[in-house]
Amino acid sequence: MEIFVSIIIGVLTMSAVYMILSKSLLRIIIGTGLLSHAAHLLVLTMGGLKTGAAPVLVDGVTEYTDPLPQALVLTAIVISFGVTAFFLVLAYRAYQELTTDNIEEMKGTESND
Amino acid sequence: MINLPIFPIVIPALAAVILMFAPKQVRLQRVMALGALLVTFAVSVLLVFTVSQDGILTVNLGNWPAPFGITLVSDMLSALLVTTSTLIVFFIVWFATHYFSDAYESNYVYVAMLFLLVGVNGAFTTGDIFNLFVFFEVFLISSYVLIVLGGKGVQLRESIKYLLVNVIASALFVMAVALLYGVVGTLSLADLAQKIPLVENQNVITVIGVLFVIVFGMKGALVPLHYWLPGSYVVAPTPILAMFGALLTKVGVYSILRTYTLLFDTGSFMQTFLIVLAVLTIVIGMTGAIAYNDVKLIIIYNIMIAVGVILYGIALNTQTSLEGALYYLIHDMLIKAALFMLVGMMIGITGSGQLRDMGGLITRFPLFGWTFFIAALSLAGIPPLSGFFGKLLIVQGGVADGDLFGPLLILLSSLFVLFSVIKIFLYGFWGEERRVYDGPLVPYTNRLIVPTLLLVAVAVAYGFGAEAMHPFITQAIEPLVEPEIYIDAVIKE
Repeated sequence: MEIFVSIIIGVLTMSAVYMILSKSLLRIIIGTGLLSHAAHLLVLTMGGLKTGAAPVLVDGVTEYTDPLPQALVLTAIVISFGVTAFFLVLAYRAYQELTTDNIEEMKGTESND
Repeated sequence: MINLPIFPIVIPALAAVILMFAPKQVRLQRVMALGALLVTFAVSVLLVFTVSQDGILTVNLGNWPAPFGITLVSDMLSALLVTTSTLIVFFIVWFATHYFSDAYESNYVYVAMLFLLVGVNGAFTTGDIFNLFVFFEVFLISSYVLIVLGGKGVQLRESIKYLLVNVIASALFVMAVALLYGVVGTLSLADLAQKIPLVENQNVITVIGVLFVIVFGMKGALVPLHYWLPGSYVVAPTPILAMFGALLTKVGVYSILRTYTLLFDTGSFMQTFLIVLAVLTIVIGMTGAIAYNDVKLIIIYNIMIAVGVILYGIALNTQTSLEGALYYLIHDMLIKAALFMLVGMMIGITGSGQLRDMGGLITRFPLFGWTFFIAALSLAGIPPLSGFFGKLLIVQGGVADGDLFGPLLILLSSLFVLFSVIKIFLYGFWGEERRVYDGPLVPYTNRLIVPTLLLVAVAVAYGFGAEAMHPFITQAIEPLVEPEIYIDAVIKE
């Protein structure tokens, strides 16, 4: 099971890298979304995917899944959610101000003076 | 006062939360931000003295014993860095109250500055690797807000790049933490330090260590992960730039110092890896520092030289070189903030960042000119100013370790640093006035110079008081050289 999920994580990371290296800003943001999915899945996988009950205390159940990676992933999800929301608004403002979403056209050392 | 290590994190956080409710009350914002920072500074000085008497202070949040809960650990290293960063933010906010317009200030700029300090102080104090990630995000999100505040075209353009690099670095951080958890099965730094030597396959640990160096190197602008730094920093307004240049890259350096000495000291491979990165960072920094005629860019490339020098001291990992690295780290935080403030004033007065548009500033602003001169000499490490002792100890450590190339490169880099800042002094302050100075900052210059001058005075005092600082520095190095001290302080049997 871990091998299978690891392959999925690899494919997600690969797609994320491909998207981040493209020119359109929206594709880049989609790439960061895929990258954080990959990171979150990796946290869950590295915690171990053994079978067990959901980590809620119930009488008579002895085997639980590891609760710690789930707490970590929950924290990481809200953080990446906040950053992604900020990034999307930033992209929107940049589109209004610079009238382009092509990252190649966002060069510039000449106007930094 | 068992909760003393929490206060440098909680006080600015509380002040920031309260300030959110009154964005338009600019005077209240200024007074309250400065007051909160002053209180935080007093508490962190108290923390330094408490740690110097009682040894390492730990707080188990929620009373859960050490490996299971989050532990905040104030050893001398983190207490000194918390004090330094709080002091710097205090002077920068003081500078900012005169520098920014009221309209700019009423857009939550002090709230973001205080939250940035919360993140930095938290990152210095935490004893848990995932908590370190969370505090990294706290100051990164504040820095995103600060860099884009104002919303000019260049700022939007560059903050997209800054944001993208840091989002990727954060994802890598989460992945590195996941791998470490998968291998070792714990998150507390002290517990990790205990259990990592027991891991059978040490090569996996080396790989994770390199991944952490990549993550922290992206924050700390090590070559070849430095490409985002010049463009992103050059667009930020002066007080924001001073804050970034003084604090943000140094948190990356501190994290490398902490994880490398505590967790990943797995033999000569990591050491060689770090030394190569340090040497490359110094060389690229030197190249940039002499290549440009833009005053901001010159100082920005000087950040890279300093990061490389500190990293070289860390990589050697001997008593002398670590002492030197810590001396230099604190010196560099102070002097970089001061230099960015000074350079920002030059740009404010002349209306241009290019040296060819400046000249003759010293006839109109003599105090400003001589302050810059002292700051420049201090940056280059002229004895007895503050940059000297750190570099001396790092060079001694390198020679004692049998390496000659590194120490020679560091001495050479001092020459390049001196050349680059004296170039600013000669072209900016000497010579003929190129234009009538009527920039927007001229009426404020007398008020702006006060916090800058005080910060330079602190740096000079730090240099003259190196002997008095020495016991503190030695105590800060102890848990780095012998991780058992740190582990025993956190995990009480």
